[in-house]
Amino acid sequence: MKDSSLTWTQQQIKHHRQDGKSGLMILLGLVIIVVVIVAMLVPIINKIPTQDEEVTAAWSQVTNQYQRRADLVPNLVNTVKGYAKQEREVLTQVVEARAKVAQMQIPKDILTNPNAFQAFQANQDALSSALSRLLVVVERYPDLKSNQNFLTLQSQLEGTENRIAVARRDYIESVKRFNTTIRTIPGRWVRSIFYPELTVKENFTAAPGAEVVPQVKFD
Amino acid sequence: MRVMIKLGLGAAFLFWLGIVQAAPTFPPLSGRVVDEANLLSPATREAITAQLEAHEKATTNQVVVVTVADLQGYPIEDYGYQLGRHWGIGQAEHDNGVLLIVAPKERKVRIEVGYGLEGTLTDALSHDIIQNRILPRFRKQQYEAGIIEGVNAILAVLQGDYTPVSKKKVSNQSQNLHVGTFISLFMFLLIVGELSSMWLRGRLRSGLTLAAVAFIAGWIFISMAVGFILAMLVFLLHQFIGSGGGPGASGGTGRHHHRYDYPGRGYGSYGGGYSSGGGFGGFSGGGGSFGGGGASGGW
Repeated sequence: MKDSSLTWTQQQIKHHRQDGKSGLMILLGLVIIVVVIVAMLVPIINKIPTQDEEVTAAWSQVTNQYQRRADLVPNLVNTVKGYAKQEREVLTQVVEARAKVAQMQIPKDILTNPNAFQAFQANQDALSSALSRLLVVVERYPDLKSNQNFLTLQSQLEGTENRIAVARRDYIESVKRFNTTIRTIPGRWVRSIFYPELTVKENFTAAPGAEVVPQVKFD
Repeated sequence: MRVMIKLGLGAAFLFWLGIVQAAPTFPPLSGRVVDEANLLSPATREAITAQLEAHEKATTNQVVVVTVADLQGYPIEDYGYQLGRHWGIGQAEHDNGVLLIVAPKERKVRIEVGYGLEGTLTDALSHDIIQNRILPRFRKQQYEAGIIEGVNAILAVLQGDYTPVSKKKVSNQSQNLHVGTFISLFMFLLIVGELSSMWLRGRLRSGLTLAAVAFIAGWIFISMAVGFILAMLVFLLHQFIGSGGGPGASGGTGRHHHRYDYPGRGYGSYGGGYSSGGGFGGFSGGGGSFGGGGASGGW
């Protein structure tokens, strides 16, 4: 195999000197090879921005659901206040956590900025735990628990927490896919050539107790 | 060649394993009423099926009742949205599916609402239906009555303000794209091959040009083979290392992209099977998706 290829190379060199047309042939061959390689890479070239968009979509779903929860909080706090004024401490914690979430500046590059991402996660988790504490406390107030307005808010909050869990899981999966693509071999090369601006995305960390949004149960 | 086949088989097997491990196993979509836990009499099953069919005809909303024998250790909220996505209940362009899930073994019930109906069948309304219509009967072991009540209530809510929309199937473009890439590559190679052979026959017939053609053909073949093997290796590594991150992974996928990626969608649309109930044609999910809307309860 090696011998024959050697002689073939020698032959080629000899012919190359004799015949100018062979240069054209080699050029044609090279063009074909390049085209074939590019054609084989096309799916991966398309895959990277597609998965990038998927991450963006999943992320906007996460922020939507968190926003939805934040919007529910003032109403919930007001309703609880009417029945359980003495639970000032827990109520204040919820209000403060909610304020922190609302004031949070979300930079454009949050998905690739570990500090901003962690701050986002920490603030949201703080609101999650404040809310779950509040909902434990209200168990002591039967009047509140039979209030129709409160029951509605409760079910909305429960649904929203569940949506947050789904949106987070979807986000985690999409980031896993994207990061795997740009960190494994063909994608890694394609990214560095075509999309040097796309980098590995931040994902939610599964800190103990934080991997699942606290389940709010009302039965 | 044999090695290739073995590699391919291995990859297919791992791919299958990946799907199986990533999500709970779901009962087949045998109709609009999937009574895996045997809570309903055949007559009730047929009556509800007819009711749901009429509702879909009028509004395109797909409502499915499912009683599951076992949630396999998943919370009903986790199981529910994944089942909805797996079956693809609801029309793909409206995500207007609803599942009424009853798990008698775990004593849980859930109304799972597709994205498109979250504004109509809200969490609060779902909660109300479960607490006030379904659970009182379930607590008295009247499962059939509870399910009938629940279905009636869900349909009443949906008929409130939902505007009927035209039924249209959206073709899956992303799959066509891959096929298209292959076909165009094939065509391109064919044309190049034809042109170069014409050129060769007409002009140069020396050993060199034949060698060059052989070289190119060899190169293409080898690069494809190498590409294939590389792809296989990456795939295998991917399966072993990036557990669950691969293309076969399911579980969570996002609001917009799951439409192209989610494996469940594939069989959701055609693997639905046919109802065993008399006088009822095939039923399959329209490709709708779910994001955790709805409410749950237990008794």
